[in-house]
Amino acid sequence: MPQAKEGNPAAMNHTAVQRKSDYELVVTRTFDASAHLVFEAWSNPDLFKLWWVPKSAGMSLVSCDMDVRAGGKYRLVFSHPAFDQPMAFFGTYKEVTPNKRLVWTNEESDQGAVTTVTFEEHAGKTLVTLHELYPTTAALEEALAGSAEGLPEQFAQLDELLAGRS
Amino acid sequence: MVHYQARLDTTFAALADVTRRGVLEQLGDSDASITDLAQRFHMTLTGMKKHVSVLEQAGLVTTEKVGRVRTCKLGQRRLEEEAAWIEQHRQLWSARFDALHKLVEHLKSKEKVNAPSKRR
Repeated sequence: MPQAKEGNPAAMNHTAVQRKSDYELVVTRTFDASAHLVFEAWSNPDLFKLWWVPKSAGMSLVSCDMDVRAGGKYRLVFSHPAFDQPMAFFGTYKEVTPNKRLVWTNEESDQGAVTTVTFEEHAGKTLVTLHELYPTTAALEEALAGSAEGLPEQFAQLDELLAGRS
Repeated sequence: MVHYQARLDTTFAALADVTRRGVLEQLGDSDASITDLAQRFHMTLTGMKKHVSVLEQAGLVTTEKVGRVRTCKLGQRRLEEEAAWIEQHRQLWSARFDALHKLVEHLKSKEKVNAPSKRR
């Protein structure tokens, strides 16, 4: 990854996760850039694959196909030393409004969420809100528990790495 | 913080099993006896007792014996456990968005080189 300029206000780097209801999870973060740049990082596969899979999580992206337009499909394949087989995540873009809004389905499970991402630009900064709507409470809790499983160790390593940097 | 981490470890160990997560879900709907749970998850009584005991040690489930029946219900830790899940989820997104932040900064600097901004 090329060198980026450092020195952002603490608030900028805060990723918030909130459970909005029995069916909804919301993740927010503000980026110090205009919406079109942030949107490009979500909609251009060559850029998307640079950030979607944190290397510190021990996973790697085997392939990344994204047809970013309403009705277009995407398919991401991950591998991890702990998985026997690569895992595929796939679905369909329901809505693509450049620089404003992306909606896609998660079809790898019949209990998959519908993900809506909005990009709101204010004074040169962009608030990204990622909203996941699950069909059932059980599906939401399973997704949460799934992200917890096996990750604590990797995240402890990430914490060390980040602590060493700041 | 260390104490919290150790408790999280116990919680995650208890949760790192699909049957035990199923039991928690089940108890979220209604209390149940070990016999009910064993039947529902197609297990022996002994097997289910072991799972319930792991959940009990993690504080996720409490049990009470009335006569010959041991009834299981969700423990006080249910909310804490969910908070822990959310924290793990946040860490995933935080790592992801830290990477996105770096990429966006790079794109921004590239854009500035290509078309110098009016500001600054």
